[in-house]
Order: sequence, then structure tokens, then C-alpha cells
Amino acid sequence: MGVEQKLGRLGIVTTTLEKVVNWSRTRAMWPMLFGLACCAIEMMAAQASDYDMSRFGMELMRATPRQSDLMIVAGRVTRKMAPVLRRLYDQMPEPKWVVAMGDCASCGGIFNNYAIVQGVDEIVPVDVFVSGCPPRPEALIHGILTLRDKVMAEKIQDWS
Amino acid sequence: MLEPHLEVTFEELKHLVSERAISGETMVLNMGPQHPSTHGVLRLLLELDGERIVRCNPDIGFLHTGIEKNMESKRYDQALVMTDRMDYLNTVGNNLCFTLAVEKLIDIDVPERAQVIRVILVELQRIASHLIFLASHALDLAAASVFLYCFREREIILDIFEMCSGARMMTSYIRPGGLWRDVPDEFEDAVRNFVKIFPKRIQQYEDLLSNNPLYIDRTRGIGEISREDAIRWGLTGPALRAAGEPFDLRRAVPYTGYERYDFDIPLGSKGDTYDRYIVRIEEMRQSLRIIQQAVDSIPAGPWRSNNRKFVPPPRSELGHSMEALIHHFKLWTEGFSAPKGAVYVPVESARGEIGCYLVGDGGPKPYRVHFQTPSLSNLQVLPVLAEGCLVADLVAIISSLDPILGDVDR
Amino acid sequence: MTLSDRAVAALKKELGSGVLEVESFRGETTVVLDREAIVRACEILRDTPELGFNRLASLTAVDYWPDEPRFSVIYQVFSIPHGQYLGLRIPLQGADAELPTIESVYLNANWFEREVYDMFGILFEGHSDLRRLIMPKDWEGHPLRKDYPLGYEEIQFSFNFDEIDRRKRYAKE
Repeated sequence: MGVEQKLGRLGIVTTTLEKVVNWSRTRAMWPMLFGLACCAIEMMAAQASDYDMSRFGMELMRATPRQSDLMIVAGRVTRKMAPVLRRLYDQMPEPKWVVAMGDCASCGGIFNNYAIVQGVDEIVPVDVFVSGCPPRPEALIHGILTLRDKVMAEKIQDWS
Repeated sequence: MLEPHLEVTFEELKHLVSERAISGETMVLNMGPQHPSTHGVLRLLLELDGERIVRCNPDIGFLHTGIEKNMESKRYDQALVMTDRMDYLNTVGNNLCFTLAVEKLIDIDVPERAQVIRVILVELQRIASHLIFLASHALDLAAASVFLYCFREREIILDIFEMCSGARMMTSYIRPGGLWRDVPDEFEDAVRNFVKIFPKRIQQYEDLLSNNPLYIDRTRGIGEISREDAIRWGLTGPALRAAGEPFDLRRAVPYTGYERYDFDIPLGSKGDTYDRYIVRIEEMRQSLRIIQQAVDSIPAGPWRSNNRKFVPPPRSELGHSMEALIHHFKLWTEGFSAPKGAVYVPVESARGEIGCYLVGDGGPKPYRVHFQTPSLSNLQVLPVLAEGCLVADLVAIISSLDPILGDVDR
Repeated sequence: MTLSDRAVAALKKELGSGVLEVESFRGETTVVLDREAIVRACEILRDTPELGFNRLASLTAVDYWPDEPRFSVIYQVFSIPHGQYLGLRIPLQGADAELPTIESVYLNANWFEREVYDMFGILFEGHSDLRRLIMPKDWEGHPLRKDYPLGYEEIQFSFNFDEIDRRKRYAKE
């Protein structure tokens, strides 16, 4: 492992509960397999060979909301889809996070019209917004790393 | 307030299901809109007799973006960017379709160089789209490794797009009158390199799937449709050709100089899922042939029309020509006006016939734009194909039709 | 004599006054038909062997509000044997226009007509399942009509951030 050499033969590590819990939450954050539109293709690209999100413990896209921690809203959310999206969010177990991927999910993008929800934060609470139309896989990975930083900074008294 | 349309009432369901469902003999099951293998937000209402599908009712519209309505409030050059977002796997093809419609409406000629480059890009896009089909189709049938291979090659194509336009997917590179700008010097080498390596890669996918007994079991004879039925139901693209009808708009109604290129139209015989897969694999090879011929014949010369009423002048002229400055200013503030009239321009996209019906009213904004999309035509046949098959096979059928929900709902 | 000329001649011969006009624009021929003539016209186009328009490529409508006739329903039929398109156009009066369905001739008209009904509110008589295709079933209005607003929302910039932020809805956990 390599940890042993660093720690010597002490056998004991001290840390805070906050740190351990946050660390374990970030290291295997399973996103929900939930693509809406164009961004879903870039999300797939981020999963695939060139970008390989499994480096961040995210190779498992769960098809059911009951097993996932992270919802990546990849694409435009229509008024018809909005209740479905909220229901999926409600079905996810705590703790859960939401990444709004792309301009459409963040603010409606170029579609300022009757059919599209102008920003998915009207429906679900969003933790990280990723800009781009669609964002490059690198941008999505950056968004997820930002989310990690955010989770690592969570405090025990804020947990509900 | 958010809930009402999710819940279906008995009265609504009544005419969609058979008598047996009402008596409780068969089961009605909802599939989607969030389902790993419905390729986006497709919702299906299935009536099941055990594991067999009695009836299948697609419910679409979960990705209706209002693109047609939104385009009416944008100028022609602004409306172009919306076409990318419709069928997001065939972005360049959609640009081409809309651009050809605008060019037909304003009656403008496109230089030879632009036409050849358009063909190269559209064919590359076709390959990229078929790669996504192959990736997701194989993934739906639990062949996960194909997914990784396909995305590897897709990245090469996206790099070429990025080289030309700066964007990976939404290029908006094909513009009325020609191209956005000339291709960079490295373009030809990159395309030649791709043409060189790709045949071996196609062979790799074929090695993984074509003779794989598991794959054949899952696809042979699944979702069959006869040639006559395919025409009657208005199937298009690879799905129609898999049924044995050699209908390809590149051959039937050539556009952008497709009559110059030598290529075959791959055909299937039974119109089942396996044939649709084989046709697409073969189409990738034919696209490579077209790209090879096109890249060998890229002429020098201008890459967009010289008609200053519709196409902006080159940057270099702005400094010393007052006229060019005026044209530039007019084009970017008001846009160009198209005459009154309506045109219908069909183009062969990766999924089939995409047609743009464009109505001009003499102003700078389109009066009405309608896209007749191949995914809608193909998805409509799903209830016919799915009848009597297993739920697990339904997944294979959906992915073999390759519907893109953004294209279905627009 | 081109295919579209032959098609127009055949339609005129069979339908007589059902053919209102023949338009030509940029090399495309569009036959303007009376609403009652559409089913028969499609049958003629599909079943006459030398025409062979066996594929309905496109079906859509245009709203010319506030002009009358308000709607135009446009069909594009394609002849696979001859590789040619022909447009059919049907002008319709009034906000609650109706016309017969061509589902019996071209099967794929089913969804196309549902889409036109959904987006324009044009009713198709005799359609087997005339429900909304794309919009939610409880949606009010028909979006692609010209008197339907686009539904533009004001964009938040730094100068009006606070004002919009106050009335913007945010989701709760």
C-alpha cells in the first residue's frame, strides 16, 4: 500500500470523524445513469476510454436512483420532464448531490422559451454548475472535483 | 402541482391496451422516462403477458425543446446554432440540412471547396454517430467493452471537428454560403490518418460482435419487418435499408455533390436487429470510401460564397473597404432577408431522412421552420416491431432503431 | 413531361375542381388542394403505378395568423421508384380547422398528424388516436400557433440580479 512505510509501525491513525466520513463519501460517489440530451453524450465520453472517470471512483453509473449519490443533470430539462426529475431526486437516499451539467441545465442556455425550465435549480437544489454547451469531459471532471472540495469542507453540525 | 400528468387514469389507458389488460389477465408496465436503455427520455407503456409484449405505446415529448418555435424569433444565422442541438449526434448533418434549405431559399451558389469539405465532415459525423449507436447498442446487450473501443475512435473524429471549429460537438461550422472559415492546414493529414487507421478498428468491432453467438442469439430474427411494411410505415435510413430497400437520399436526390462519389448502399435482407447492425457497420466503411475520394479531391479556392448580400466579407477587407464594412455591419445587425416562399430540403442523416421545411416571409427571420426528423419516423414503428417479443429484446430493438430523443421531440 | 407534371395532370383529371392551384418555387412543385380532396389525392399518388408516391416524407402545418385562410397543412410525398418529391398544400379557414386524416393511405401519418394537432390544434377527422403527442396532456394551448407566446424569461445580469433573484423560485431539499 505504501501507507505503512510512511506511518512507521505505529498502527494507529488519528483524524477527525468529519474528515473520515467526508473522505469516504467523496471517494466512491456513484452517479446516476441519467442522460437527458446532448450533455449526456459528453457524460458518456467522460466515462469512456479517453477520459475515464473511474479514476475518481465513479465508474459505476447506477441506473436506479436508490443506489446513487450524485445526480448529474446532463441536458435541458423540459416542463414535461421536470416532475420526473424531481421524483428521481426525491428517491435518492441521503446524502445526495446534484451537478447541473451544461448551460441548459444551469440557466436554460440558448433555449429561452415555453418548453424549457430556465435552470434546474428551480426544481432541485444544485451544488455545482458546469458551464459549456456541451461542457467538455474535462469540464465535467473539473465540476466533480469541485464538488469533492465542497463535500470535504462539510461540517458535522450541518449534517441533517 | 408538479404531479398531475404522471398519473394515468383508467379512462386514458383504456384504448391503448387490449381487453385482456382490463380484465387483469395481462400486466401494464411503465418503462422510462428514466431507464438505462431507452436512449434518453423515452417512456414506454408496455402491456405484458408474462415476459411477452402484447402492446407497446411510446410516450414522447420529454425532451421537447421548442426549437421550431424558438427559431421563428431568431435570424437565419442565429437559428443555425439551434439545429445542432436537435439531433446531437448528427450535428454537422443538421447544419447542412438547414444551410441547404436557406441556400435554396435565397438562391445562392456554394464554392466547390466548401462542398467537398462539407461532405468530409458530414461523413465523419455519420461515422461518429454510428459509433455511438454501436457503443450504446452493445452496452444494452451487455457487451461493455465495445463501448470503450467505440468512444476511442469517436474522440479522433471529435478532434478533427475541434480542429476546424473549436467545438467538439456543436460545431455550427457549415454556414449559409459555405463554411465558417477555411479548414486548418493539419485538416487533410488528420483525415487521411483517420481513414488509414479506421478500417482495422471496424474489424475489431466486428470481431467482437458479428460472429459472437451470444450477440447473434440476441439479435437474429428480433424485431423483423418486411420491405413492404417498412415502406408503408415510412421507416428511413439504415432501418429501411436493413429491410432491403435501397433508398438513400445521397443517391436518390443527390445534394452537395454526392453524385460524384462512388459508394455502395449496404442492404440487409430480413430487416431484423442484426441486419440493422450490419448495415450500419457497412455504412461506416462506405463513408470511409467517400471521405477518401473527397479528401483526394479537395480543390483550392474560396470556401464561401462571394455574394456579399448574404455572406460576410473577409476580415482583411474590413480595414480598407467601406463597402465591406457596411455589408459586415448590416449582416451582423440585421441579418440577410430571404424571399417569400417555402422550400423542403431532405438530407440523409445518420438515422435517415431529415427534412427541413423552411418558410420565408421576406424578412430576416424564418417564418416557420419544420424539421421532419428520422428518429420520429423510426420510433413510430417501434410498436409494430416490439409486438410479441420479450422485454429484454425490446431493449435491443430500441437501440437498433437508434432514436435520438432530441431529434424525436425537437 | 416530368414526374410532377404527370402527377399534377393525374390529380387534375381525377379531382377536377379539388385542385385549386399549382405552385412552383425553386424547382419544387406544390399542389394546392381542397380539404375534401386530400385522401383521394393521396390514394391516386400512391396507387397509380407510373407515379408511385409510396412514402410520406413530411407532414406539417404553417400558421398565417391573423391572415385567412389561417392554416396551411403541407404534405411532402416521395416516390421511391422515381426519386422525386411532390408537395401538397391544404389551406384551412378559422382557428378550429379540421381536415380528414390520411392515416388509411400512409400509416406513418398517424404520429405526424398527432404532432400537428398538438402543435397547431388542427383536428383530423377519423384519426384513430388523436391525443397530444409531444406536450404534456394537461398543457394549455398549441405552442406553434403564432398567437401563442414564445414564453421568454428575463435574463439575469448584474444590474437586475437582485430584482430577479427576489422572485425567482429555488428548489428546497
